Amino acid sequence: MIDALRGLGKRGVNGIWRGGAMARFFILILANSGMSFRRFQLTIREIYFAGVMSLVIIMVSGLFIGMVLGLQGFETLQQYGAEETMGVLVALSLVRELGPVVTGLLFASRAGSAITAEIGLMKATEQLKAMDMMAIDPVARVVAPRFWAGVISMPLLAALFSAAGIFGGYLVATELVGVDSGVFWSNMHAAVDFRYDVLNGFVKSVVFGVAISIIATFEGFDADPTAEGVARATTRTVVTSALAVLLLDLILTGFMLRGN
Amino acid sequence: MGGSGCGKTTLLRLIGGQLSPSKGAVRIDGQDIASLDREGMYAMRRKMGMLFQFGALFTDMTVFENIAFQLREHTTLPEDMIRDLVLMKLNAVGLRGTAKLFPAELSGGMARRVALARAVALDPMLIMYDEPFAGLDPISLSVVGQTIRKLNNALGATSIVVTHDIVESLQIVDYLYFISDGRIVGQGTPDEIRSSDEPFVKQFVHAELDGPVPFHYPATDYSEQLGLKPMAPAMQSKANT
Repeated sequence: MIDALRGLGKRGVNGIWRGGAMARFFILILANSGMSFRRFQLTIREIYFAGVMSLVIIMVSGLFIGMVLGLQGFETLQQYGAEETMGVLVALSLVRELGPVVTGLLFASRAGSAITAEIGLMKATEQLKAMDMMAIDPVARVVAPRFWAGVISMPLLAALFSAAGIFGGYLVATELVGVDSGVFWSNMHAAVDFRYDVLNGFVKSVVFGVAISIIATFEGFDADPTAEGVARATTRTVVTSALAVLLLDLILTGFMLRGN
Repeated sequence: MGGSGCGKTTLLRLIGGQLSPSKGAVRIDGQDIASLDREGMYAMRRKMGMLFQFGALFTDMTVFENIAFQLREHTTLPEDMIRDLVLMKLNAVGLRGTAKLFPAELSGGMARRVALARAVALDPMLIMYDEPFAGLDPISLSVVGQTIRKLNNALGATSIVVTHDIVESLQIVDYLYFISDGRIVGQGTPDEIRSSDEPFVKQFVHAELDGPVPFHYPATDYSEQLGLKPMAPAMQSKANT
């Protein structure tokens, strides 16, 4: 009993300690971000690896989820004879929630894990130490460009995810269910608000991008410099990022709802 | 020079300023390393080159980019001059032909030589080698050893080679220090070392099985542990409870 309690306390303290270390790492990245923007091609290269390489999984997942939303929505909406509002259902679900959240989860497992593995491997093979010995700060040269690439890629990917999803919903609605395409678009157009839906979704995706990028770079930089340590760090990135995305989503949604 | 885990690499880390000493001071070129701030430390490190144990080449860059790395980061030289400098460094280690390859495509010995070329990219005054011979076949080992000596002569630099390869180092170095348990236990020129009577040095040079460095890890009495001899009273009471 005491042991169980002690274990719980130890894990709690450890979790808080890691949170603090991550916050300090975040400040360190911000303080060393000059190079990421002065030599923007460094960041662009990382945007290619984190963002462009994630495009296929993001777009395909978006398409599928949009189609599923269409099918499920039809099932319920037709009971009330409201199939015409399917566009609204699909667009709002995607833009407000599913777009940022599912993109965040996919981005964490596709790009976040890759960033952790790459930085961890550079640490394990002493590349980071070698760079430090060459008087080049690895946080500025390696970590910060990857961090900013993640922050920039995430909202763009979320937008593409939503776009692909809406297209998927459109396909199901018009081709399968037989909703008129004009009705589909005009209902969506009338219901989706830029300020409260699109912008809030955008804010969410930026926040998730920051969270995932910090977690991924921190775990890589903090990994035990062994093959085993890198593997564990990669797993931690995916798990922690997923939890962070879902928790942040809850908090942000709480702030954003208008309550009418 | 010294056995595994005696503090050789730690010593290099202290010199490079990656660790700070809890006691004593490290001076390079008259400056106390631990007293330097970050800017000062980085300025000092530009005058140092270091070869890491397994090369530590940047795996996402080609051989050319690896060697050009410091020139591009620290200088504003035009690209065609950087190209010439890189090719010169590569030629010095005999690997000009590998410029377009990635580190993963090189053999261990070749990677070590590329890392060597990278370590001297900025013509440092001090070059540190951390186990440059670890894991190399005899030919690569000798090539790396000779290249280290050649580069050092050409640059007029100071080289510190940390190793436990006695045969190779006796051929290329001017002076040796033996470290054991964190202290210097023997020193001298290669000739002095070969004829040394110091027990540790003798054991090391002739690779003797037993000596100051014992074959056996400290343990309880062998025959006692096998139960061939009655245990000491203290042990017995412990065994009975």
